[in-house]
Amino acid sequence: MMRLELVKRPQRSALFSVLSPFIAFALTMIAGAIMFALLGVSPLNAFNVYFVQPISEVWQLHELAIKAAPLILIAVGLSVCYKANIWNIGAEGQFILGGIFGSIIPVLFPEFEGPLVLPLMLLLGMVGGALYAAIPALLKTRFSTNEILTSLMLVYVAQLFLDWLVRGPWRDPQGHGFPQTIQFGDSAVLPELMPDAGRANWGFVFALVAAVTVWLMMSRMLKGFEVRVLGSSPRAGRFAGFGLSKMVFFTFLLSGALAGLAGISEVSGAIGQLQPVISPGYGFTAIIVAFLGRLNPLGIVAAGLVLALTYLGGEAVQSALGISDKVARVFQGMLLFFVLGCDTLIHYRIRLIGFAAPQLEAAPKLEEAR
Amino acid sequence: MSANHDRANLLEVRGLTKIFGTLAACNHIDLNIAKGEIHALLGENGAGKSTLVKMLFGSLEPNSGEIFWNGQAVRITSPGLAKKLGIGMVFQHFSLFEALTAAENIALSLNDGSPISAIAAKARALSYSYGLPLDPESLVGDLSVGERQRIEIIRCLLQTPQLIILDEPTSVLTPQEADKLFETLERLRAEGKSILYISHRLEEVKRICDRATVLRHGKVVGHCNPRQETAASLARMMVGNEVKAVVRAPAKGIETAPALLEIHGLTRKPATPFAIPLKNINLSVRAGEVIGIAGVAGNGQGEFFESVSGEVLQQDPGSVRIRGKDAGGVSITGRRLMGAAFVPEERLGHGAAPRMKLSENLLLSRHATDGKSFVGSGGMVRNGSVYSAAQRIIAAMDVRKSAPDPEAAALSGGNLQKFIVGRELDRKPSVMVVNQPTWGVDAGAAAHIRQALIELARSGSAVLVISQDLDELFELSDAIAVMHNGELSAPLPIAEATFERIGLLMGGAEPGHAEHRMETA
Repeated sequence: MMRLELVKRPQRSALFSVLSPFIAFALTMIAGAIMFALLGVSPLNAFNVYFVQPISEVWQLHELAIKAAPLILIAVGLSVCYKANIWNIGAEGQFILGGIFGSIIPVLFPEFEGPLVLPLMLLLGMVGGALYAAIPALLKTRFSTNEILTSLMLVYVAQLFLDWLVRGPWRDPQGHGFPQTIQFGDSAVLPELMPDAGRANWGFVFALVAAVTVWLMMSRMLKGFEVRVLGSSPRAGRFAGFGLSKMVFFTFLLSGALAGLAGISEVSGAIGQLQPVISPGYGFTAIIVAFLGRLNPLGIVAAGLVLALTYLGGEAVQSALGISDKVARVFQGMLLFFVLGCDTLIHYRIRLIGFAAPQLEAAPKLEEAR
Repeated sequence: MSANHDRANLLEVRGLTKIFGTLAACNHIDLNIAKGEIHALLGENGAGKSTLVKMLFGSLEPNSGEIFWNGQAVRITSPGLAKKLGIGMVFQHFSLFEALTAAENIALSLNDGSPISAIAAKARALSYSYGLPLDPESLVGDLSVGERQRIEIIRCLLQTPQLIILDEPTSVLTPQEADKLFETLERLRAEGKSILYISHRLEEVKRICDRATVLRHGKVVGHCNPRQETAASLARMMVGNEVKAVVRAPAKGIETAPALLEIHGLTRKPATPFAIPLKNINLSVRAGEVIGIAGVAGNGQGEFFESVSGEVLQQDPGSVRIRGKDAGGVSITGRRLMGAAFVPEERLGHGAAPRMKLSENLLLSRHATDGKSFVGSGGMVRNGSVYSAAQRIIAAMDVRKSAPDPEAAALSGGNLQKFIVGRELDRKPSVMVVNQPTWGVDAGAAAHIRQALIELARSGSAVLVISQDLDELFELSDAIAVMHNGELSAPLPIAEATFERIGLLMGGAEPGHAEHRMETA
């Protein structure tokens, strides 16, 4: 009889900290190949269409950056939450509220133009996301509610609120009844980085700046230390004099603001108006990005690009091979599953144990070799 | 294969070995336990006692070696099997549900479907016949630690074991409660049952044990008859060399020294149904002196420590005063800035973050007090100066470690404790409050820590030590107060204190406060 045993490592393994996402990625590819084969498509062909073709030209890289920007921005904020052992699952809702708040100026005051418009919109977007994130933080600190549930449920509230806005008070009167707001004016549109090469806008720059700043905070600053202590041992954090309530607000407001910034950047940059749906689930996919990036902001940049590719690949297999673009969701789900699974290897070694003489019987056996 | 099994031996262990990674926690252990004897297992923390016992009780699997039970080779693969063989165990840390009654707790572990009333009747009869009176209907949450231990013992006896393993049973008892326990153990021996008695209290071992096996660094270093040894000779076997005695220089001029830590009328309501309320605690600790607080575990020491450290704030700002200033409403960080330092009971997860490096754990308690040297402009941590300060503490306290800056959890308990105490001593605090300074620390390291605390006091600081270890308090303190059920007795000057007087107070005799030194000062 053989059995597997997990043996706790004395120290976390630095090697597997780095390797684990790659092992997870490889396992995802194997599972993906099986899935494509079951769907009746040659896995090699499918992988080519899914992972290679979408990034073979420069303009496509710009599309990748457009998809990656919100994922990275949101995931960087979430990584701080998760490091503090605080579970903001509602970034999707904070993203939407950021989009709505930031749209106040171009929708309600379209005649207000000039260089101030865009910075104000971005600021309002951050405020909107942060305020919306403050709700679960307040509920958690005042009434000890579970922030996973409250933040998640508020996502649906935000989605329905946006839907109501664009069908009701904010609908474009000249829009032939379509549920959308007016097109934003020129000064309310986030400029493209290199208009000649592709559509990528400043949102990607925001994402990179946020990643580097948060990385600095988490690795070098006392605030980052506070986050890590409270996340790993709350009692030691209290002994250090760090307040858990303050930390709940700090992480929710920070991640909410970044999600809100992602929301308004998406609305003002990639879409140019408010619509009933402004996100293909960025706020949820960002959770996968955060974990795939090992909750490290720099790792998150790489993970964001990988997950952005799953979106592009999903669209590509739908048009080229006639497979549902829900394949993208399957890939994202498998990736998270394998990442979390492989993380076991960081703290545990796997050992194979064989028994020479299995003893299943409980009864003591006589010493025969006398 | 050895074939010469002595039938008189209930349990015989040959070459039992358990390896964790590269460490041989138990290295070819040989041990014989005869029928009807109390056998002591002696050794410092980390000597391998717990690992050995876990293998005997089936919760750990040995890498090699043999166990013979009544002369037959056995493999004990689970605690259930150990119980079936007739091995019972009373753990140091109880596993009882506080919200259930004693009988319900017993029923849970017996798990044989017999009705609770029958179990209660059996438990009651058994408890009286062994002189361990117990009301099976009482809620565990309402019972003292000593009474909870009785439940564990009764629970063990109900399974009619032939061998009973007791792990540090007296560490939670008053001296008088311990006497009761010894009577019970002698009774069990008279009935022909065998007892494996784990302890590091040598006087106890000398008193009740017939034979002793001494472990050091995972190996058996000797068998002896403890009655023919002295406490010092037993300690030498355990430690391997003479332990340096702690020197307590006489405190001079304490009567006129200013009180640096004053507790006045400290009261706290219980935060949970099973927490101990603090009732009108008064105490003052002057510059230059060490005050000890004795007490059986779970009598409010944890609640008291949290209140004094500022992890929990007080309504009345004057109920805790540090260096003459009100601190009741001041946070733990604020109290540290007023000159106080704290060492909690739990090392991992309270005094230190297990998965963080020692240098980061230095920052844990000193990010504010050493803000200038450890944290630069814009909240950037100066890793260089934190690292060198951590190395300074490691050198000063002789912290043994496997890497230059390992995670706290990678250190042995004693070495981590040396670091945590050293982290605070390094600040030269004017008030030092320590809860269980040497719990689970080997004798050499304990002497080092105690000496450092005395020297801190003699250099002009006020030191308050909370401990369950009376030997330690008598070694350290200039006066000892006793905490019982959330109340603190007046401190007895060490010259007047005896084990008996302190023990009576620990058991709840002479409740209330006869006098307050603070008021007469």
